Amino acid sequence: MAKNKKTTRRDFLYTATYTIGAVGLGATIWPFIDQMNPDKSVQALATTEVDVSTVEPGNSITVLWRGKPVFLKRRTQEEINEARAVNLKELKDPQKDEERVKEGKDEWLVMLGVCTHLGCVPLSNKGDYKGGWFCPCHGSHYDVSGRIRKGPAPVNMEIPKYEFVDNNTIKIG
Amino acid sequence: MKKKFKLLIYFSLLSLFYFTKLLSAEAVDPIKIDWSFKGYTGKFDRASLQRGFQVYKEVCSSCHSMQYLSYRNLGEPGGPEFTESEVKAIAASVEVTDGPDSQGEMFKRPGRPSDKFVNPYPNVQAAAAANGGAYPPDMSVLVKARKGGANYIYSVLMGYEDKPAGVILDDGVYYNKYMVGQKIKMPKVLSDGLVDYSDGTVATEDQMAKDVTTFLSWAAEPELEARHKLGVKVLIYLILLSILVYLSMKKLWSRIDSEI
Amino acid sequence: MSDHEYQPTSKAGKWFNDRLPLLSLVSHLKDYPTPKNLNYWWTFGGILTFCLLTQIITGIVLAMHYVAHADLAFGSVEHIMRDVNYGWLIRYIHSNGASMFFLAVYIHIFRSLFYGSYKSPREIIWIIGILIYLLMMAAAFMGYVLPWGQMSFWGATVITNLFSAIPLVGESITTWLWGAYSVDNPTLNRFFSLHYLIPFLILGLVVLHIWALHVPGNNNPVGIDIQKPSKDTVPFHPYITIKDIFALLVFMIIFAGFVFFAPNVLGHSDNYIPANPMVTPAHIVPEWYLLPFYAILRSVPDKLGGVILMFSAIFILFILPWLDTSKVRSAVFRPIYRQFFWILVLDILVLGYVGAMPAEGIYLVLARVGTIYYFLHFLVILPVVGYLEKTDPLPINISDAVMSGSSNLSIAKKDEKKV
Repeated sequence: MAKNKKTTRRDFLYTATYTIGAVGLGATIWPFIDQMNPDKSVQALATTEVDVSTVEPGNSITVLWRGKPVFLKRRTQEEINEARAVNLKELKDPQKDEERVKEGKDEWLVMLGVCTHLGCVPLSNKGDYKGGWFCPCHGSHYDVSGRIRKGPAPVNMEIPKYEFVDNNTIKIG
Repeated sequence: MKKKFKLLIYFSLLSLFYFTKLLSAEAVDPIKIDWSFKGYTGKFDRASLQRGFQVYKEVCSSCHSMQYLSYRNLGEPGGPEFTESEVKAIAASVEVTDGPDSQGEMFKRPGRPSDKFVNPYPNVQAAAAANGGAYPPDMSVLVKARKGGANYIYSVLMGYEDKPAGVILDDGVYYNKYMVGQKIKMPKVLSDGLVDYSDGTVATEDQMAKDVTTFLSWAAEPELEARHKLGVKVLIYLILLSILVYLSMKKLWSRIDSEI
Repeated sequence: MSDHEYQPTSKAGKWFNDRLPLLSLVSHLKDYPTPKNLNYWWTFGGILTFCLLTQIITGIVLAMHYVAHADLAFGSVEHIMRDVNYGWLIRYIHSNGASMFFLAVYIHIFRSLFYGSYKSPREIIWIIGILIYLLMMAAAFMGYVLPWGQMSFWGATVITNLFSAIPLVGESITTWLWGAYSVDNPTLNRFFSLHYLIPFLILGLVVLHIWALHVPGNNNPVGIDIQKPSKDTVPFHPYITIKDIFALLVFMIIFAGFVFFAPNVLGHSDNYIPANPMVTPAHIVPEWYLLPFYAILRSVPDKLGGVILMFSAIFILFILPWLDTSKVRSAVFRPIYRQFFWILVLDILVLGYVGAMPAEGIYLVLARVGTIYYFLHFLVILPVVGYLEKTDPLPINISDAVMSGSSNLSIAKKDEKKV
């Protein structure tokens, strides 16, 4: 038919119809994809406040935030020193301990308790590094700063966004 | 012959509508208000929504729950659109029961925007017991749950009158012109100057009834503005595409010796 | 059927097609010879396919957020409306989609009645169609229960109680349906499961419906067989597809009008009140598309009789192809039947209207007259008219009818505009 001709009005009409039809179809698909994203009630619950006044040095508590465990560990001075003495060159994912805590609140390590390998929850005070964590699923070892030292996990355990509301209260998220 | 049948059908349809009118005449038609949120591009009146929330908070909320709303909704687009700090302050002004804590105890704390509106009563039975056996209905979707919608709610608020002679009312039952059956267990609550509007609007009974009805309409249909906006776009798009497809179809079928 | 041998041009295509002739099927669907005189009443098959797919897709999405529990169902629907991204849009499409689906299916059925599409050799298409219609009613009813509002609860109570009319085993059957001693959480749970299942049964039947259609081919407005396929038909694609798409777009404009600007007008406000087993709403009515049958049910002053009559009103449609004795298909050439067709339309409208009204006084009388006429139409009028009627002369072939535009055809056109 019109294959060999230059653009005729009919071709233009068909092209316009196809294009506008395709745009509409594309726009229709979006709500059906977006409905699976976190909804407004889930987004609204994105912060948790934790009272940490009862945690003794050397101990830790675990709270749930966005459906994931968060470790709040109150480290002893000894543990902090140990974490800071590590040669960064030995690390798989080099990061100073100072970068993983809030300045002036060095004793508090607030960290997502999720192994960066495939998402299991590591066990605390287990593994090859004192005061560190060990993931039982596939054998990743983390040190007292939550940094990956041995095993298949690619990076250090994640530090969520958090702040100290006052000396005894931490707001995560 | 065909004409007769056409007439017959039109006539019967007409008479059906006529009968419907007759039947609904038993209930009093609610007052019709020209709400700003009606129509294809209707929007809520922001200031009225904020005032309406004030009426709800200071008057209605002592008996009526709104369990499907959260305080954060008050700041969302298409609603009263309080600022973030205002929403936080509103939420913080109520006490929310949370828990259990690590000791297994429930505890009270100030509300957060993510909390649901706090119920005035612990359960339906308590609400009914405190109100002479009539449960004050939850107001989250009340406007959608009543025939006549916003007009009906407004009419009931304005419909308290002295009972006509011959009507016998039990204790704790009031006469209301627009209520189905003309009897209502809710006393007349609105009176001029009942609340002190923070924006300086004079709080007449009519003004408060309109504001709180607007607020309840939003509460029942918080998506209304987004719906109207998207709807207009969708309709324009569909009409445009229909015209294009129609022209394409005509072109295509012009090859065939047939009319479509 | 003119199933010409299709050979894919590419080697890979041929390899695949020899093992699974999917490309042959697509080719058949594209080239399927369709009578070129089909009018817009024939576009509702495509529209119905769209409706079914829309209901399935939106339904799957809603099931991701809905909770089928008596305590949580109402709240989860509010959660969909308020929190889920575009939840309100998807739910309103689904709830109004049910009404649009029935609107389209009624037009589709009345088209078949007017043009005699149920007659030989298309009886199986018709019977499958009625099965689809039955399943649609079941799906719609169970879907209406899911929001667990007052109408959901009491609608479910009333409809399931129909079965208690069955002598001896009735009570056991209702208890079995409920899984409790009244409509309760187990009922809601099983209704959700079945509501999810039925659309896929419908989809399967739709495939059979179309398969059965492609054996004899489409009926057409003049109702005569195709004489010369080359002259009387056009390939389905692109000629019929574009026409179907145009009709679908017009349909979608109406659909969108409901979804965006009057989303609750077809529903009942009582269904926004959470289910309460202690209080029955003053006025229980089913959704509009079930009203005629509801009127038939209430027109009989006997429990079992009403139930039997209501089900008969649907099941009588299965034997319709054998009740109509006329050899001429299209009502265009049947002057007497044409008038009775419109009386039937009117009768069903009246039944629908009285179904929404209280069952007393004038409405009860109307319902009884309407019910009697409904059965009279199928059991007496159709067989008798078929024998006695003097039909108008049929055109020789479709092209002829299209080109000459006989006086009868112009009458048909006028009639179509009435609906």
